[in-house]
Order: sequence, then structure tokens, then C-alpha cells
Amino acid sequence: MKKFTVLKGRVLSLPRENIDTDQIIPASFLKVTDKAGLGEHLFHGWRYRPDGSPDPDFVLNRPGAKEAPILAAGDNFGCGSSREHAPWALLGFGFRAVVSTSFADIFRNNALKNGLLPVEVDRETLEEIHRLAREEPGAEVTIDLPAQEVVLPGGRKSPFPIDSFSKKCLVEGIDQLGYLMKHIERIEAYERTHPARVDTAGLEGR
Amino acid sequence: MTDRPRTLFEKIWEDHLVFQEEGCPAVLYIDLHLLHEVTSPQAFAGLEEKGLKVRRPSQCLAVVDHGIPTTPPDVPIRDPQVKEQIARLEENCRKWGIPLLGPGDPRRGIVHVIGPELGATQPGMTIVCGDSHTATHGAFGALAFGVGTSEVEHVLAAQALLQRKPGTMEIRVDGNLPPGVTAKDVILAVIAKIGVGGGTGHVVEYTGEAVRSMDMEERMTLCNMTIEGGARAGMVAPDEVTFRYLEGRPLAPKGKAWEEALDRWRSLAGDEGAAFDKSVSLDASSLEPMITFGTNPGMAAGVTGKIPSPSDGPDRAGREALAKALDYMGLEPGEPLQGLPVDVVFLGSCTNSRLHDLRQAASILEGRKVHPRVRMLVVPGSQQVKAAAEAEGLDRVFLEAGAEWRESGCSMCIAMNGDMLEPGQYCVSTSNRNFEGRQGPGGRTFLASPLTAAASAVEGAVADPRKYLEEA
Repeated sequence: MKKFTVLKGRVLSLPRENIDTDQIIPASFLKVTDKAGLGEHLFHGWRYRPDGSPDPDFVLNRPGAKEAPILAAGDNFGCGSSREHAPWALLGFGFRAVVSTSFADIFRNNALKNGLLPVEVDRETLEEIHRLAREEPGAEVTIDLPAQEVVLPGGRKSPFPIDSFSKKCLVEGIDQLGYLMKHIERIEAYERTHPARVDTAGLEGR
Repeated sequence: MTDRPRTLFEKIWEDHLVFQEEGCPAVLYIDLHLLHEVTSPQAFAGLEEKGLKVRRPSQCLAVVDHGIPTTPPDVPIRDPQVKEQIARLEENCRKWGIPLLGPGDPRRGIVHVIGPELGATQPGMTIVCGDSHTATHGAFGALAFGVGTSEVEHVLAAQALLQRKPGTMEIRVDGNLPPGVTAKDVILAVIAKIGVGGGTGHVVEYTGEAVRSMDMEERMTLCNMTIEGGARAGMVAPDEVTFRYLEGRPLAPKGKAWEEALDRWRSLAGDEGAAFDKSVSLDASSLEPMITFGTNPGMAAGVTGKIPSPSDGPDRAGREALAKALDYMGLEPGEPLQGLPVDVVFLGSCTNSRLHDLRQAASILEGRKVHPRVRMLVVPGSQQVKAAAEAEGLDRVFLEAGAEWRESGCSMCIAMNGDMLEPGQYCVSTSNRNFEGRQGPGGRTFLASPLTAAASAVEGAVADPRKYLEEA
């Protein structure tokens, strides 16, 4: 996993509430067996017209959009399906962080495991970030993960929460699976005192 | 062990807690891992890249459901990507010895239908799947939740997951459901009440008289859409209804093991005085059939209601969201919901595709015709549901009414297999999501119960099913 420490960059504003993962990456693009190329289809239904041409009014199609590493959205970002293709598509487009007042549980988990930072800020800060993105599109916002702080160009600072384990994994670029595998003998010990509650092998060959 | 009264969730959590270190998430043991073709290939690939193995293949069960066509079995799969995903799952299962219900298996079906049907889903278990509707299995008093592909890989490799302990939320449904009002209407009313983010960070337990009175299929419908309210898991404490459903199923314990399991399962229900972090209640007797009008499952109203006006919204963001939703749906504020024209009716999905659902829809369609403007698809939740429905003649009822009787799969709920709406079409759907484009680009979804779907199919417009029940 790519390390995440301090990110400074421009913000794209998509001020909608409850952006679901079907909007982030529609199901028709999930018929893949790898993670590559999903950025092309990020927000497909909003980004392209029915004839397939890009809608110039949509924020991702504006000049320089691909160089903005931060997406600002509305409340409850990433609700709906558990598809990890959503963070893969956001990363594929070039985002490294999403800012909102709240994130859906599964999306947050998926994002953190891929080096995409969900940044949860208060409503006032989020509105200020949207305003900046709209009115001063060149303005850069700093997301300082070690300090757990968002810093706006005017100097406004806002803290954001993250659990210490996910933070450590992101800052050091560690895959979370490594932690589980390091402790595999403790899982084996659990299994010795807790026999399997189901044996699906019983279904084979019937 | 502690003497503190514990909820159902807390009992299962503590029973599966392998260990937790200071400043780290808990390591939670996973009893059953369900897999399907869409969210697993990258997990298997990740495993191989890291040189890891599938630890417990006999605690995994794989099935093809998302992309599989619902056309007759002799029609070959045409979509090369779907074929490739299915082939990849077959190859991965063969390599690691994971039981797979492939395209030709008479036991295959939607992952959340076959788990319970085969008795793999049992009370007190932890169950995960790379699919958010894993919440369905909570109906058996299991802790079941959807995970992403990285976590699929974690469970394949470790049979455990890193988890932060969620909060607990009680949703109590008191009273009795009036005729024509179903579990689907209850869950749509719940989501309308708490909002699509109302359960975030929590595990829901459904309690109350109306829930106790539900059969297992209804409880599955209820738990299935818990994720639509933001909570990853929804549960119902197991009782005699649960045990009767499970007894004799292929993977359920047998003989002495069954008796021992019953003893364990009977101790799972929350203790007297166990507290929840949050509590919400609803009166079942005041509910009517529900239908969505917008682009998330929380945008729902009673079928006799009207489309609300964005200007009545509580805040700016809510008003904008509703305005955008109505624009997408092509609906006007103040319009009555009943009578809105419908092009397609979809009866299916992990929410409402079990025998109970098919019987309910058939009770309205029997001796009636699907309106000429409507295409109605009936997609049983599994091949076994299909066979059981055929054994009691439900297929004839649907076919004689003019509906399509298809093979099982996720079908038009997620529109990955070729079953999809055309742009602009309106669909009354028994599935779980009315997001923009969910059932096909430009398609517009009204979520409702099988009864409401069947009544709407007859009228070619959104309809209240209760008048058909009175006539019967």
C-alpha cells in the first residue's frame, strides 16, 4: 500500500449527500478480474452523456480535474454496496483523499485498506472547502495525517478522527493483512478451543 | 465472563473475539465465508501475490449469482466478462478446494438465499461475504455483514477480520401488521424514519411483537435491507421459528449435535435488562404498503401518499437532494403515488425472491393478467426456490398472467447479467436499491413489496395491493 503522510493539493467539489457506490462505479464495470482501469468509469453516469461523450459541466471533466487529489462530497459518502471497486476507481482517477462530514462504514474500511483517506470534518469546514473549490479553484488544501488536521489556505485548521491502527498502517504504508498473519498462531489457538461451526465440504459431490 | 446483561450482538462478538491489543482493532473469528464471482477474483489474486493460502476452505462456500443470466440453462453465457469471472471463480475454488455451486448446480442461487436454504447460516455464527446484503443472514441470530475485497482476502488467509466494535441499535416493531403490509414495508418505513445513514457505526437488532410474528423468510427481508439504513448488520434473536426452519437442512447439525446446537442457540437471545446504545420504535399497526419515489431507499412513503415537495425539506442539502432525485425520476411534487405509470415489474433479488414472496405475488396474479404495457420478470432466488414454486404451480400462475418465469440469480436488482431497464423506464421492483442507474442506465426504480409489485403489474401503474386482498 502507498504511504500517506501529508497531502497538499486542489479540491474538486461534488456537494451531494448520500453518494452511493453505484454512482461512484456502476455495476456494469464490476465485471473485471483486476483493479486496473476503473478510474475511467468513476462517476460514469454523471460524467458521461448517454452518447458516451463527457459532460463538460460535470466537475470531473473540467480542465485540470485529474490533477486534483482531493474530492469534497456531501454527508454519508459511499453508502450502498460493499464494492471495493469504489475506492479503486477513486484512486484510479487520481484522488488520494475524500472529505465529507460522514462516510458509510464499509466504504471507510475499504478506502483505508487502499491508501485512500476518508477525512471526516465538521459541517462548517466542509462548506468552507466546497466554497474554496468553487470560488478559488487553484487554492490548495493540506491534509496532514500525522497531525490529523486539515489546513485551509486562509489558515483555518480542522482536526479529523482516524483510529490509531489505520493511521499507522497508512503513514507507514503497511498492509493490514500483515498484522493478522503475524498473529496466526493465536487464531489457530482459538480454533483448537472452538470447533468449526459448519463444514461446507459436506455439500461437495452431492 | 461477566455478569453484565448482554445483547445478542455482544454475546456473539465476545464469543468470536480472538484477541485485541491496545490501540489495535479486535481480531474477530469468522465462521462462514460466502463468496461469489464479482468481488472475489482480486482477493484470490492478492493471496497468490503474497504467497498465502486459503486457510479453511470447508468454512467457505462459493456460488455464481451476480452475473449469471436468467435465461434457460441451454442458452450459453454470451458476455465474455461474465464468462471470465465465472471461470475464474471455478478455477480458484478448484485450486483451493472451496465448495462451489456453479452454473449447472441445482442448488445454486443468490448467495443470501442459498446460505439459509442449505442450512449453512446458523444462529450465533459470524458470517461475511463480499456483498453488503450479507445482513440478510442476521435473521437467524448470526452476526453477518458485508465486506470489501481486501477483507475477503483477509478472511481467506486468516479466517479472521480486523474489526472495531460497533455500537448497538434496537429497532422495535410493536403491534401487528395489518393485512397487505409486509416485512418489506416495515423495513422501508424504518429506513424512511432513520434515514440512509441512520444506522452508521451500529449493529441493529430487530425486536418486538411484529418481528416475533414473522416467519424466517420475512425476517430475512427485514434484515436484508439493514444496510440501506447505514448499519452493516441487522439481527433477530433466534427462536423456535428459526430452529424449525433449520432442522433437517443439509448443513444443519444432525442428531446429538443438533440437540447440543439447540442448547447453545437458546442462550443467544439478549439478556433481560441488556442495554442498546440507541433505540427506535415503530408501531406496525399504523403502517401501510410503502413505496419509494426517489433515488435512495429512504425516500419512501405510504402507497396512498403523495410525492413530497423539496421545499418542505428540513435543510438545504435535503431539499437539493430531493429536487435532484425527483428530476431524475421525472416526477412532480404533490403527485399521488398511486397511478404513476409503470413499464417493468421485477419480482426477485435477495430481498424478496423466496417462496413466501412468490406465493404472495401469485395470490394477486392468479386469474388476472399483467397489464399489456408492462413487462414482468419473476426471478426466483435459487434453483431450489424455483423447483419448489413449480411443484405448487406458481410458475403456471405467473406464465398465464403474462409474466416471464426465469432462472435464478441477482438479475435486474444489479443489472449485470443483461436483465436491465431501458433508459427512462419505470420499474416497480422488489429489490433493495433505487439508486440512479441501478437497474440500468437511466432506469427509474420504485421499491416495494411483492404484493405491491403484483398489484402494480396488473394495473400497469403503482397500485395499492390491499384492494386485491379484500376481493380475494
